Amino acid sequence: MASMNMIQALNNALDEKLAQDPDVLTFGEDVGYFGGVFRVTDKLQEKHGVTRCFDTPISEGGIVAAAIGMGAYGLRPVAEIQFADYILPAFDQLVSEAARLRYRSNGEFWSPITVRSPYGGGIFGGQTHSQSPEAIFAHITGLKTVIPSNPHDAKGLLISAIEEDDPVIVLEPKRIYNGPFDGRHDHALKTWSGHPKAEVPEGLYRVPLGQADLVREGSEVTVLAYGTMVHVALAGIDESEVDAELIDLRSIVPLDIDAIVGSVRKTGRCVILHEASRFGGFGGELTALVQERCFDYLKAPIDRVAGWDTPYPHAFEWDYFPGPGRLAKALRRAMEY
Amino acid sequence: MNKPRLELHVPTPPARPGGQASFKHLEIPPAGAVRRPDSACDESEIRDLPYALIRVLDDEGRAVGPWDPALTPDRMRKGLRAMMLTRTFDDRLFRTHRQGKTSFYMKSTGEEAIGAAQSLALVTGDMCFPTYRVMSWLHARDYPLDLMVNQIFSNEKDPLKGRQLPILFSARDYDFYSLSGNVGSRFGHAVGWAMASAYKHDDKIALAYIGEGTTAEGDFHEALTFASVYRPPCILCVTNNQWAISSFAGIAGGEMTTFAAKALAYGLPGLRVDGNDFLAVTAATQWAADRARTNRGATLIEFFTYRASGHSTSDDPTKYRPADEAGYWPLGDPIERLRQHLILQGEWSEAQHEALAAEIDDAVRLAVKEGEAVGTLGKSKPSVSEMFKCVFKEPDWRVIEQRRELGI
Repeated sequence: MASMNMIQALNNALDEKLAQDPDVLTFGEDVGYFGGVFRVTDKLQEKHGVTRCFDTPISEGGIVAAAIGMGAYGLRPVAEIQFADYILPAFDQLVSEAARLRYRSNGEFWSPITVRSPYGGGIFGGQTHSQSPEAIFAHITGLKTVIPSNPHDAKGLLISAIEEDDPVIVLEPKRIYNGPFDGRHDHALKTWSGHPKAEVPEGLYRVPLGQADLVREGSEVTVLAYGTMVHVALAGIDESEVDAELIDLRSIVPLDIDAIVGSVRKTGRCVILHEASRFGGFGGELTALVQERCFDYLKAPIDRVAGWDTPYPHAFEWDYFPGPGRLAKALRRAMEY
Repeated sequence: MNKPRLELHVPTPPARPGGQASFKHLEIPPAGAVRRPDSACDESEIRDLPYALIRVLDDEGRAVGPWDPALTPDRMRKGLRAMMLTRTFDDRLFRTHRQGKTSFYMKSTGEEAIGAAQSLALVTGDMCFPTYRVMSWLHARDYPLDLMVNQIFSNEKDPLKGRQLPILFSARDYDFYSLSGNVGSRFGHAVGWAMASAYKHDDKIALAYIGEGTTAEGDFHEALTFASVYRPPCILCVTNNQWAISSFAGIAGGEMTTFAAKALAYGLPGLRVDGNDFLAVTAATQWAADRARTNRGATLIEFFTYRASGHSTSDDPTKYRPADEAGYWPLGDPIERLRQHLILQGEWSEAQHEALAAEIDDAVRLAVKEGEAVGTLGKSKPSVSEMFKCVFKEPDWRVIEQRRELGI
């Protein structure tokens, strides 16, 4: 067991899969010699060779198309898209090809690709380095979407994703690569050091897709979150003094519906927290699912705390970012209803 | 200052309906005129070839020049049969659409040489990333006709279980990758597949098709970039059949240059080949395959051909081009040209040709009859439970719940 930040944990997952499975290879922009702009593939080329970890042209559509072809051949490619904001040129490949190949060919062809991409805000990255596009992937039948919130899960989820026979998008919240950011941007930066989820076992282990994590037990409200927002939620719950239960979804497809329903039926209240803008966000789907399955148990309307319905701004980072204060307010509102 | 007023150029084809069809603007060199460089040559030595037109069969049906692949008569007869079968099958199945037995059909008429010759030129295990107009690949490998009919009728025995539009096949056992209606989006898969073959030190190569209209998509250029960078063993083919639904090749950028010449900027060999010439298609494919199998990377081949039928059952070509335009196509008909050659060689006869045509006609009729006995669109379909399968390898709770909701 070693203490790792999320970058090290992801690097470790790739390193161990490359060592264990000759059909695994990884590539993307600046991924090879340089080791990726966030260092997730650091030293993997040196260790595993140039054909197993290499640079690609600046061509997200080309990267994912090549990955799908490799996957159809029988490899397990792991492609990095440098920022999730840049994944859109590959959207056709993900939607029309990766997600549909097995279905339309009646299982003759499939492509077990993993597409990793740093995502989310809180880094003053402006519109093009901050967005959270998870809902558009969740809507696509045939894709799985994973969002880890800590180093332990990051390694275990990435290993599961690589071993999946279906295409998986792994969205890595870049704001928590180096520490569990709780949204209090004016506080001193925390690192992962000493955090229990920074203890990363050696060797291959799996965090199964579709299994949520109960982060905090509580009796009054269920908070549903993933990625960076898990840490924001803890701070918000703390600030609210409400006895909230916090569920880290870990993957939004497949979704651990049983964990959600079980918790909301217990607490009778539900607040959903995500960074992405609210309208049409994944919170809408969660709201509908909870309403459909827990209506008779609800003591208050389901609430959503999310990014505003604007493009991701620059100077207004902390006005846009749904921080702990906004969650605390929503939790109190749910209790006062 | 005497500057000209700026004018926006919008390409228009030589003739529209009511106009005089003509291909006189095309420069068609005689067969046999283009040199055949060694397949191990450097790309820099062959930068004239994208502007040439490789032809083997001349107007009299002789095989001439250095590109003659010297095929055995058996191989040519096999190719002829595949092309004839494709055309007969197309004509018959197109009619079933008019009879309301299927929702959609697309013919390959005039382009049968391409898939047939390439299917026979490559070996089992090489992978074809097709367009919907190379069904002759499957016919050349004797794909069961009844299965094909069942797919087109989306009936109970549809091998793709009613999930895919007619003609958008998948046939892994025949090295035929899954098709889709999104044109072009598999071109890069071929490059990735070939990269994987090279990565595994395999000996398999990939072959991909894209229409000339679709070369305007980013997919085409992304694939060529990756092919240029990683030199994977693949053959990338542009089937230039002059028409993308109602848009002529000029709308795809074919007015100022050739599609084969797109290879030049990528440093890839580009060949421009008479696509209605079974022997030229075979020869170019063999040349490119030799390069691919010896780590010399990808070749871009433009097959110059003509889409003699409409785009699909959904359009009427007389609405956008002269009704008799196909008759003016200067490169003839691929079936007639190979037939003429075989007869000239003394390896075929009118009687044999008629007998083969009758045999094919019977085989297609029988397959359609069998398909009709299973059922046509709407009269028979696979179990509705098939709708929920293969979304993922294992169904998740959504699929399980929704199946239950539907009661299946």
